[in-house]
Amino acid sequence: MEIAKTLLSGDEAIARGAWEAGCKVAAAYPGTPSTQILENLANYQDVYCEWSTNEKVALEVALGAALAGVRSLCAMKHVGLNVAADPLFSSAYIGVNAGMVIVTADDPGLHSSQNEQDNRYYGMFAKIPVLTPSDSQEAKDFTKLAFEISEQFDIPVILRITTRIAHSKTVVELQQRAEIADKGYTKNVAKMNLLPQFARKLHANLEERIKKLEAYANNCSINKIIEGKKNVGVIADGVAFQYAREVFPKASFLKLGMVWPFPKALVKEFCRNKKHLYVIEEVDPFLETQIKALGIKVIGKDKLPLIDELNPRIIRNALTEKKINVQPETTLPARPPALCPGCPHAGLFYLLQKKDIIITGDIGCYTLGTYPPHNAMDSCVCMGASITLAHGIEKALKYSKKENDQPTKRVVSVIGDSTFFHMGITGLINAIYNKGNQITVIVDNRTTGMTGHQDHPGTGKTLMGEETTMLNTEDIAKACGVKKVYVIDPYNIKENRTLFREILADPDPAVIVSKRTCALLVSRKPAKKVLADNCIGCKLCLALGCPAISFVNDKAVINSAFCVGCGMCVQLCAKQAIV
Amino acid sequence: MKNKITNIICCGVGGQGVLLFTDILANVAMSAGLDVKKSEVHGMAQRGGSVISQLRYGEKVFSPLIEETTADFIVGFEKLETLRYLHYLSEKGKVLVDDLEIAPLPVLVGETEYPKDILPRIKARAKKVYVIEAFNRALQLGESRTQNVIMLGALSCFLKFPLELYFSAIQQNIKAKFVELNLKAFEQGRTLIKKQ
Repeated sequence: MEIAKTLLSGDEAIARGAWEAGCKVAAAYPGTPSTQILENLANYQDVYCEWSTNEKVALEVALGAALAGVRSLCAMKHVGLNVAADPLFSSAYIGVNAGMVIVTADDPGLHSSQNEQDNRYYGMFAKIPVLTPSDSQEAKDFTKLAFEISEQFDIPVILRITTRIAHSKTVVELQQRAEIADKGYTKNVAKMNLLPQFARKLHANLEERIKKLEAYANNCSINKIIEGKKNVGVIADGVAFQYAREVFPKASFLKLGMVWPFPKALVKEFCRNKKHLYVIEEVDPFLETQIKALGIKVIGKDKLPLIDELNPRIIRNALTEKKINVQPETTLPARPPALCPGCPHAGLFYLLQKKDIIITGDIGCYTLGTYPPHNAMDSCVCMGASITLAHGIEKALKYSKKENDQPTKRVVSVIGDSTFFHMGITGLINAIYNKGNQITVIVDNRTTGMTGHQDHPGTGKTLMGEETTMLNTEDIAKACGVKKVYVIDPYNIKENRTLFREILADPDPAVIVSKRTCALLVSRKPAKKVLADNCIGCKLCLALGCPAISFVNDKAVINSAFCVGCGMCVQLCAKQAIV
Repeated sequence: MKNKITNIICCGVGGQGVLLFTDILANVAMSAGLDVKKSEVHGMAQRGGSVISQLRYGEKVFSPLIEETTADFIVGFEKLETLRYLHYLSEKGKVLVDDLEIAPLPVLVGETEYPKDILPRIKARAKKVYVIEAFNRALQLGESRTQNVIMLGALSCFLKFPLELYFSAIQQNIKAKFVELNLKAFEQGRTLIKKQ
């Protein structure tokens, strides 16, 4: 029988692999570039899939399922694993019962992230095995193998991918779902309860498991030597392996698929008698440091960059004489991402941008409010940090020396609805409990926008498409102890202007829920038009930062292909030139 | 036999259907029995930002990314974006560019101007440039979103795949009710090249 082949992204391939491996419970919080794993897995039969409120929750849900005897998976972007680090470390001690895979999708190059952390270190740090696939076929195969390793050694397994694995499509062979017998739940306090008396023994047990895993890594099929020229050796993992194959087509390769525990014996064997040894890996010298610790001399990060993702040209120029001279155009206008036409956030930022206030931001589409014309976001740190940073700033200002009797600036935090559910609520409770008076704006567009419209506790729908209890952000804000909670429609710019003035003048803490569905999820209204005779070219309408409005010959022009008819610009125009 | 790889860059602005373009073409190459890899970035950049998708096919493909100066084709849905990625083009490479101008935010807010000499600059750097009025044709077809399939039709004139593979790839990747319109768009793209 011919094997079915198809093109899958790494994310799609991991979903397929989890399904083929008989996975029954999966949980994730959306985060580029990992989001499509759960979105795809939810399309398969017989797998329970959920959007958890955050990554810590997702990892714990998966751990619970594994302990209860079914194969489970959780997925998150690299920084999500920071949120989930607490249960991650504990899970290594406890182990699993049925197999458990933790997918971390790193983002070298910061295509859609706040940092470039290398999560292979989490394996070493938390003492959990790490697999790093180099294309979609391996993403699927390694997912299945990860479940097996997990069960064989009673430990969760980290599958570490990067953006170029997650979002590249390559050819994948498909198999059917395996029938895996459920292992059932057995009460075992000494295994699942990390009271110090049990945890001490579990730590000793973990070190034994790691020794066995290292022996496994030295002999497993995914750590393999590809014979080539005898005197040139390249050690690589992940997508860097594919780039290296382009640059060194004739070299011998040690391709590592399991990078922790580090296969020391195999690495020593490969490096023996090789005159030129290169270690090619993205971001940090994770492999290189461990190779050098074996006393082996290699060329690596002394020539290759620690920052940004790699590509064949960077490797070629760093390590070979056949350099490629690249001359990109340097004088072109940039095209940063922008808020969409009709984006409700634009109405909010229009009101915030002119105020003399401190604005702490958070993570979502609304982070784009940082750019001109809004310039309405001072900071963006991590999920939920808007509210907590605002609280710290506010306390600092209160305890700082005042110059010239200047009134203390108000601090406003801006956070999305999904981010509020993820990590904002605890910060808001903290602010109220500790007598803060910040103004928190929840930009509630009824979806998780930036990652492509995933459901969350405020949408009333689950990942599997079921109706569920809809939680309102304003109700939660009240339950956190906020007495003054306002719900506004960000499209009503005129009304909101007055209200904002009043709220800023009020010394009490407040929450403003700026509520309107994401413009990409509602049907368009007829496009607005500019009456050229009325337009005086004042450019007031540009303050919205709407991609549909431009100026030609000093008159505003609305691009009818982009305009969704939201009408915000109509309210801005002093000459009634937009209809 | 030498492992000849074809490298194709498709670029434009978020929302123009760049990713669907390479999805369809990747399907075509795979149906023809070739190894295929394609790469792009989702997420933040999708919101009106600059978008590039890279497609490579041949007997055996390793890197999903194309090295600068080795692209056989650059297919640009917007001219500023085409110029931005022109350094990927090989010496003998061809450029298919829509003479379409979409102002980026810094231009809209008046920080800078949209360059007026983009097409001449493209032509100065590339030997073979085909200007395709795909967006205008798409508007005439009544659906601006068919721009990408018109560009695909144009590119198909330079590739050696049988047309049936395109037709079935379009059917696989596009919602049933839009298939007929897109097949028409594909044919229009082919006509636009044949006329040149």
